[in-house]
Amino acid sequence: MKEELFVSGRDIPNIDPYLNIWHWQIPLYLYLGGLAAGILFFAGYFTIMRKEKDMEATVKWAPFLVPFALVLGLFALFLDLKHKLYFWQLYTTVRFTSPMSWGAWTLMLITPISFIWVATYMKELFPKWDWKFEFLNKAEAYAIKNRKGIAWIMMMLAVILGVYTGILLSAFNARPLWNTSILGPLFLVSGLSTGLAASMWMSKSKYERKVLSRLDLIMIGIELFLIIHLFMGFLSASEVQIEAAALFLGGEFTVVFWVFVIILGLIFPAVLEILELRGFHIPVWIPALLILIGGLVFRFVMVEAGQITRFLY
Amino acid sequence: MRYAMAIDTKKCVGCGDCVVACQTENNVPHGYCRDWIVENVTGTYPNVEIELRSERCNHCDNSPCVRCCPTGASHIVEGGIVMVTPEECIGCGACIQSCPYDARYSHPEGYVDKCTFCKHRVDNGQLPACVEVCPTKCLYFGDLDDPNSDVSKALQNRKWKVLAPEAGTKPQLYFLT
Repeated sequence: MKEELFVSGRDIPNIDPYLNIWHWQIPLYLYLGGLAAGILFFAGYFTIMRKEKDMEATVKWAPFLVPFALVLGLFALFLDLKHKLYFWQLYTTVRFTSPMSWGAWTLMLITPISFIWVATYMKELFPKWDWKFEFLNKAEAYAIKNRKGIAWIMMMLAVILGVYTGILLSAFNARPLWNTSILGPLFLVSGLSTGLAASMWMSKSKYERKVLSRLDLIMIGIELFLIIHLFMGFLSASEVQIEAAALFLGGEFTVVFWVFVIILGLIFPAVLEILELRGFHIPVWIPALLILIGGLVFRFVMVEAGQITRFLY
Repeated sequence: MRYAMAIDTKKCVGCGDCVVACQTENNVPHGYCRDWIVENVTGTYPNVEIELRSERCNHCDNSPCVRCCPTGASHIVEGGIVMVTPEECIGCGACIQSCPYDARYSHPEGYVDKCTFCKHRVDNGQLPACVEVCPTKCLYFGDLDDPNSDVSKALQNRKWKVLAPEAGTKPQLYFLT
């Protein structure tokens, strides 16, 4: 039998024995970005379809989570930076080949838009709300008049944000687990699904919940389809990607991935949603919470596992 | 001009002098290194073969670290040397993730650091510190476009390989085998 032994005279923190430079901040940030993208996408969609009355939670209330999610996500990203005081360098240049630059600029646009969106519904949530300054009242009136335009921009930016959370990882060809173009659409769909779950949880109308859970079932279906393709692609690719897939097919991430992401995060909530649609009474928070946790675990698993995979030489 | 390095794996004894010379020359913080030795043992005892490699940043022609840098801190200077500007680096770690050779690390001060082919020495007509000190003279440095440079001559009559060519990075460290 041929044996091979590598000894490297190197022991750099977070690089050796295997890469671990991104900790909890990045998966949390990717998750919150996806969640925000999901909520804003459907808020925009139902506004454009003129369903504000029927889909109140989706259009008006769930977006209130977004500014918090984005600010928290950006804060996590900031915590991850090692050269923190220089973070503003992100905004001195636009680099088209860098997904991180795309993300930084997208967030620069979508964060204020989410604030504006929420501000236009402030008076509906708090009837006594007053903007105090005349120019703010004028700005609010202007934004309310142009809600549909904002909704279009918001939807497009939400798609870029959702896809970006996946491309951020898939652009690294040095990490075989990430280096697949399916990751962009997969993270987008996963983000849309978590966004729907959040809206569903906040909704009090039976009709709205029904529409959302139907949409969510479609998202879960697409997500499972993409995950199957992800593994099919890995298993028919080169050695390094076969080994990357092995981490989930018997390797150290098998249990956490199949139990928490696939079964508890996708299949079980889908079954509950189907039962609900069939007329069984199931508390809405159970499938919603499971989907939200599943999405979070998915990001953590992908970021953690991807850093272990590498080229062999 | 295209700077490159050739490493003779048959002459290298793995003494680690290149590592220490680099740490001293570049004031690399304790516990970190810009170059390192890899010992690759293959076969079954008693028929074993050893390959010793002095590795560092490959200063790739198609460098993923430069491509993914969101601020332009990672950039390529004349001669194809990949450099990092500490004042532009935000320490996001994208370049560290993108490197198939794990040649970059996060400096304790926050920015990302790596081998510079000792640009400050090369600009003055000197050789990189690691090349200068190698006791077996197994490192060759120079301009690939110049047929009379040390590295061009070293590559002329020998078989060589690069690391992980399938990563598509077009690395510029040539290992003579």
